[in-house]
Amino acid sequence: MIQFENVSMSYGTNEIIKNINFTIEKGQFVVLIGPSGCGKTTTLKIINRLIEPAAGRVLIGGRDTSAVNRVELRRSIGYVIQQIGLFPNMTVAQNICVVPKLLGYHKQRCAQIVREMLEMVNMPVDQYAEKYPSELSGGQQQRIGVLRALAASPPIVLMDEPFGALDPMTRAVLQEEILRLQKKLHKTIVFVTHDMEEALTLADVILFMENGSIVQMAPPEEMLRNPASDTVRSFLGKHIKNMDPAALTAADFMKKGIVSARADRSVFECTSLMARKGVDTLVIVDDDGRYLGTLSVEDIRLHKDDALKAGDLMRTDHPAVHVTDSAKGCFDILLSSSANKYVIVLSPDGAVAGIITKTGIARALAEKLWG
Amino acid sequence: MTLSKIIDGYGASLLRNVGIHLGFVLISVAAGFLLGLVFGILLSRIPKYSKIILPVLSVFNTIPGIVFIGILFLYLGMISLTVVIALSIYAMFPVLKNTFVGLTNVEPQYIEAAKGCGMSPVQALFKVELPLALPTVIGGLRMATIYTVSWAVLAAMIGLGGLGEFIYQGISINENSLILLGAVPAAIVAIILGLLIDRLQKLVTPRGVRKGAKQR
Repeated sequence: MIQFENVSMSYGTNEIIKNINFTIEKGQFVVLIGPSGCGKTTTLKIINRLIEPAAGRVLIGGRDTSAVNRVELRRSIGYVIQQIGLFPNMTVAQNICVVPKLLGYHKQRCAQIVREMLEMVNMPVDQYAEKYPSELSGGQQQRIGVLRALAASPPIVLMDEPFGALDPMTRAVLQEEILRLQKKLHKTIVFVTHDMEEALTLADVILFMENGSIVQMAPPEEMLRNPASDTVRSFLGKHIKNMDPAALTAADFMKKGIVSARADRSVFECTSLMARKGVDTLVIVDDDGRYLGTLSVEDIRLHKDDALKAGDLMRTDHPAVHVTDSAKGCFDILLSSSANKYVIVLSPDGAVAGIITKTGIARALAEKLWG
Repeated sequence: MTLSKIIDGYGASLLRNVGIHLGFVLISVAAGFLLGLVFGILLSRIPKYSKIILPVLSVFNTIPGIVFIGILFLYLGMISLTVVIALSIYAMFPVLKNTFVGLTNVEPQYIEAAKGCGMSPVQALFKVELPLALPTVIGGLRMATIYTVSWAVLAAMIGLGGLGEFIYQGISINENSLILLGAVPAAIVAIILGLLIDRLQKLVTPRGVRKGAKQR
């Protein structure tokens, strides 16, 4: 439906959009997100040619937009802006009918459109059609803003942070409404936001941008599972942990960077290693790095014999799980006995990937509960 | 001179001169309004250059009307056109300035929305920008009208009548009541025209952009 082919755009020497390529399918709800200045709004405005790209082309339904008269093009694309921008000199009805009138629709048809549109958002026609924007609340105004974009039934609707200026309650209500409208009308929606929660709520596909490039384009679930970069991860932030608890694995909770020693190390070497790293337990591995057991400072104290090797003293009865095992299983092991201070987490090749401690669980739960 | 004496002596010529005065004012303000509106719109399309053009225009505005009419009189002679041209140009300035300010002060969100809806620049001007600037433009018209009522007094300077006639006569024969006979009706005309324009302003301002109704 909408294709970007090698699109670039710069202000002076400042490259805003760096050769981006992507395709938005018909009927998709695509959310553009990224840190401010990443080029998301510019990308949106290139679609209806409010901004002209310096290079590359944009195809809508296979047609190069630069070949279409830009005024005509904009009439065929709905547009909602953050500041709402309802014309204060026009009534609600007149605002809704701006595009239909520009397209030369008959008066009766316009009146019908006003009725249908207002019914869609449960605003009674008699009560609202003749009001002026200044007589409406912010939420009502943006509802009309959305209706104005939908009035001429364009196949594509562009929304530039439409709910950014609204209070959280109103925003949530309008998000739900826009989803409902989208399901009903099957529009292709391109939506810009900087709010990841909004993106996760609304998007079929999230397009993450940074510094004028696309970092990742993926459905929300996929983005949560595999964030493509640290910026994406930090944007997802707490939402990563808000995933389905059943899907959490040992890997999500384990502490990495544990200190390990080979089994043929002397006890003396082990104690000095512990002292240096500030730990009281070592993970003992074989020559290939595979897990053998654990050695704690108490184990060494019980056998004060310098001739012994780490392998002789290590305990092998510590519970071990694989990275892909469910997190719940690890918790059960840890909580079942006070002797189990930690669980060893192993990679598929038998190497040690990390450990899960009771403190680690407490921290993870606290983060999940209080963010 | 008593009031009855004045009415006996000057009643007929007072009515005639009020008529002439009003004629000058209405024609000049109408012409000045049109000129000011057109130039204001044109200048608002090129705000970069207007920053230079507007101050230059304001300099002309400071040339005393009496000088300007005098110069025009030398070229055009003692005809009504001389007065009308001079007054029109003076009436143009407040309208031009207010049109420019009104248009350039339209919030960018409305222009962006108009563009995004698929309005051509001309459609955006007439459907959105001018209606939003209209209260300011009419404010300019009001100022132009009231100024022109007082400037039209200068018409008498080149012998073309109007309420200035009494004032000039009064000054030359040192008769205060004659001066007042010109000045008081002129003030009344200015007040009445001002009130009429206030009505007009209310009439053309949609409910949504009236003062008190907050613009968002």
